[in-house]
Amino acid sequence: MTDTDFLLLVRGPLFDAATFILCAGIVVRILAILLMGRKKNLAEPRGSAVTGGFGTMLRRSLPDAGTFHRSGFTVIAGYVFHIGLFVVIFLFVPHILVFERAIGLSWSGLPSNIVDATTVVTIIALVAVLIHRFTDPVKRMLSTFHDYLVWVVTILPLVTGYLAFHRIGMSGPAMLAIHILSVELLMVLLPFTKLSHAFTLWMARWYNGAVAGYKGVRS
Amino acid sequence: MNKPVTVADALRLGGVTRRGFLKYCSAIASLMALPPASVSVIAAALEKARRPSVIWLSFQECTGCTESLTRSHAATVEDLIFNAISLDYHHTLQAASGDAAEAAREAAMHDNYGNYLLVVDGSIPTGNPGYSTIAGISNKDMLLEVAAGAAAIVSVGSCAAFGGIPHADPNPTGAVSVADLIKDKPIINVPGCPPIPAVITGVLVQYLTFGLPQLDHLGRPVAFYGQSIHDRCYRRPFYDKGLFAESFDDEGAKKGWCLYKVGCKGPTTYNACATTKWNNGTSFPIEAGHPCLGCSEPDFWDAGSFYKALSTPTGSIGATAVYAAGAGLLAGAALGAVQRSRKNAAIRKHEKIGIDDLTQES
Ligand code: SF4
Repeated sequence: MTDTDFLLLVRGPLFDAATFILCAGIVVRILAILLMGRKKNLAEPRGSAVTGGFGTMLRRSLPDAGTFHRSGFTVIAGYVFHIGLFVVIFLFVPHILVFERAIGLSWSGLPSNIVDATTVVTIIALVAVLIHRFTDPVKRMLSTFHDYLVWVVTILPLVTGYLAFHRIGMSGPAMLAIHILSVELLMVLLPFTKLSHAFTLWMARWYNGAVAGYKGVRS
Repeated sequence: MNKPVTVADALRLGGVTRRGFLKYCSAIASLMALPPASVSVIAAALEKARRPSVIWLSFQECTGCTESLTRSHAATVEDLIFNAISLDYHHTLQAASGDAAEAAREAAMHDNYGNYLLVVDGSIPTGNPGYSTIAGISNKDMLLEVAAGAAAIVSVGSCAAFGGIPHADPNPTGAVSVADLIKDKPIINVPGCPPIPAVITGVLVQYLTFGLPQLDHLGRPVAFYGQSIHDRCYRRPFYDKGLFAESFDDEGAKKGWCLYKVGCKGPTTYNACATTKWNNGTSFPIEAGHPCLGCSEPDFWDAGSFYKALSTPTGSIGATAVYAAGAGLLAGAALGAVQRSRKNAAIRKHEKIGIDDLTQES
């Protein structure tokens, strides 16, 4: 197989398959959660579930002073790599073209050198959280194989993308193909690992907040 | 008149002055991105280099590679080197035909066995041998016969180097590249559809002066194919700033912005077009407003649309997503129903739901 064949394979059938698994996986996971149902709460409401739900969605997205004080590093590094991932995935023009092709929507991107710098910062932040995971005794104890797996599939597209952008090490078609393949791995694993928080996050926060709100307390 | 023995002899006999010769050497040095000091090295090597016998075989090709070489302007470096080699057989260029031509080939092979340079353009059909023949000899047979006595082989053009357009899907003739058939000779690939004339001759000079050049993983001389079009493209600042032509006649196209969105393959293509340029250094396709097709890469013909951006999927992703959502709904509903009934059964049995029931991670 030539480099070009490889690139064509990952841009064609493999990307199709990964998209299928990603979309079907997300729908399955969300439905399975929702269809579990919840027992009707027969207690008198002491507050509003809706306000509680939205309140928590917002509050949990902002670091509170206590959490920041206890684990400032996790908060900062977490923000950095999440924002970094957002910029790299959604604001790099070649990526926007993929979304345009998939969903027909397009938006303007950032200059490539800004995205490039963001990639480096994001990679550093991800390496830092891994080191922290290794060195912090509590985190290390809580970590499973699963946590390391999702770390690898998250950082791989960043590293391969960086190499492909700078054409380091391998020929252009092969490096681009490896980059796209690493993204496909992420797409396939996303619905079935902890990475599913990308789509269950708001639902979960809403639920936590709504339960507490109904009882008249803040979550 | 005696036959010229060295390259320099041949050039002198052809009326090339010392000054012209040195100018040529420095043009080659700059083409290979060598420092000025190397000019005298090239000159000295060419002075001494024996005028090589070259046999040029054309198989399944469009003659574009030969056109590229011969239609370049007069008195160029290409002309010079062409005069300097002893092109003993080239069935498009030679006057002789039929048996006389084949006799010339056999004579050249016999006289220089083990030393001649074999240049090939065009791919070789491996299906029916009758798909392409010369004087009744199949391309494959002729290649194997001539390659056996060659010192080295230069595969000129993407067809000889990678199979090229004859090799394109569905490849009706079973076309293959030279390197697919010949395994025991050094092969220098000079791909391009066609290759840049200065690069073809530059490779010949490189071979005459420095011997076999350093090759990349696709057998291309690193001196000419070491950098991507994208890295040397004059439109690169627009790419970096995020300024793109969206179509061939919009404002961006008129302003000369980057052609990535209209399908430019520059980022994955390695060639010297952006620096050496075409037509005596006039311009190159991107400068003329057309995205790079990636013609010096294998299978460029089948590498997705010429006009679709390199990063985009080739399938219809929107439709796939809709089908996936449909399938997901069915599977999710089924899974949800199973879980619900398990939960209800557990409630009936007063079983507590434990942490294991809630985590679905593997
Ligand atoms: S026109 Fe092509 S080669 Fe030039 S900068 Fe744009 S993508 Fe790169």
